[in-house]
Amino acid sequence: MRVPADRAALATVTLLAAVFALFFLLPFAGLIDRAIADGETWSLLRTRQVREALVLSFWTATLASVLAVVLGTPVAYLLARGHFPGRAIADALIDLPIVLPPTVAGVALLTAFGRRGLVGEPIEAWTGFTFGFRTTAVVMAQLLVAAPFYVRAAKSGFDAVDPQLERVAYTLGASRVRTFARITVPQAWPALVAGTVLCWSRAMGELGATLIFAGNLEGRTQTMPLAVISAFEGSSLGLPGAVALSLILLVAALVVLAAFRLAARNGARS
Amino acid sequence: MTRNHTISRRRLLGAAGALAVGILPAACGGDGSDATPTRTGTADLVTGEILVFAASSLTDAFKELGAAFEDEHPGARARFNFASSSTLATQVNEGAPADIFASADLQQLKVVMDARNASEAQLFATNELIVVTPAKGATVKTLADVAKPGVRLVLAGRDVPAGRYAREVLARASTLPGAIAADFATKALANLRSEEPNVRAVLTKVQLGEADAGFVYRTDAAAAGTQVGTVEIPAAFNVQAQYAIAVTRNGKNVTTAEAFVEFLFLPRGQKIMASHGFGAQ
Repeated sequence: MRVPADRAALATVTLLAAVFALFFLLPFAGLIDRAIADGETWSLLRTRQVREALVLSFWTATLASVLAVVLGTPVAYLLARGHFPGRAIADALIDLPIVLPPTVAGVALLTAFGRRGLVGEPIEAWTGFTFGFRTTAVVMAQLLVAAPFYVRAAKSGFDAVDPQLERVAYTLGASRVRTFARITVPQAWPALVAGTVLCWSRAMGELGATLIFAGNLEGRTQTMPLAVISAFEGSSLGLPGAVALSLILLVAALVVLAAFRLAARNGARS
Repeated sequence: MTRNHTISRRRLLGAAGALAVGILPAACGGDGSDATPTRTGTADLVTGEILVFAASSLTDAFKELGAAFEDEHPGARARFNFASSSTLATQVNEGAPADIFASADLQQLKVVMDARNASEAQLFATNELIVVTPAKGATVKTLADVAKPGVRLVLAGRDVPAGRYAREVLARASTLPGAIAADFATKALANLRSEEPNVRAVLTKVQLGEADAGFVYRTDAAAAGTQVGTVEIPAAFNVQAQYAIAVTRNGKNVTTAEAFVEFLFLPRGQKIMASHGFGAQ
């Protein structure tokens, strides 16, 4: 009796997995199919608009990720190791930008940093500086939406480090900083790398918050996802442009994921 | 009596911007009363759901129109997808299940007709552009101010009708007799901070004070009321936006879709459009 039941279960699992795989792969197959049919992808990749969007996306996402690591690592460490009032609340709040649609993040950024915003207005009054329509705004939008992915991953990484190891290091006379650098970070390395990659990918893909908070101007705030939207709207690139841009993002994502696998494996080995 | 302006595909190809071409046997609204003659004893064939793809400048007017249409035909339901006409044209051509496409210009309708996703369109409303400024502390007081250094200008994308019309206004104000300056358009476009996905996003950016000036339709400015200031564009430089509507080939509910278009031309529909500031065709 048992064997046929197992066989049925296996068949079901295989079928469900196949449905999932098909659903997952078909959109990418569609992209590639359309790109081949259009036959313009390569020439479109060399246009100025695409090049500018690509360069802008890469460096803003990278800057946002660096900021996320610099500002987010202490937060993650405090959440994992610290004992302070409201830790549970802070821990839950970190997830907010992950749960909320990015458009909400965009509106929220405007209400804080916009020219009529909570701090945006006094800052403009004092310094004349405005955030909107600048590359600064792009990075801020990406940071708000993407950094929680890093903090979340880094926190679980720190959580998984055996506190006993850190205590041993202290008893052997290592300072807190040295212990953090030599014990905690190497132990949490795969999680830190995974978090950074997630954060970077999320920043690369950021659309809603950027469009609302930073606007859409070629070379200044038009990142790849915004260029895809603009192309879809029928700007000079048109739908073939949207397809070409999507393909680049697809390839970039594959490269990043592969690099992440390698980095995580090497880090774990060392 | 309502006169419908029908544009055949070929005519549109020949001259985008061509006006009245033929007269369809339109339903007659009678002596100005709002009642349509469709509900007379026999069962109302106008039922089911239709999906209306409409230019974002039509948002308020079409929502009200939809409610009135449902009121006339209790079995019918009109759902809307508002976006820039250029986005909608792409979506329709990619097979979106739209029953109706209402575009803010003829170009985008032509895109859909060229792909044979609609065969016949009717002009149904006109509009014109206006410059909006933040309600408080506006720095732009005349059209010429738009080109002043440091002004934060936002426009709709260049294929979005409102963005295309705005660039046309800038060009006219640079070249026509009595032009502001020959380099007015160049200087104004140097102030461009963002190309928004649709005209309502332009309005919002100005409303929020993020931008100092934006080009929107007169009807959009009216919808925002006192939340924005307005600067008139001299008539000689302004352009007339022409709205056209078509029943699309992808649609499943042709009867109800045709009834919706017809309703738009009936007195009740025309009254709604006029109350939102649209000009009659």
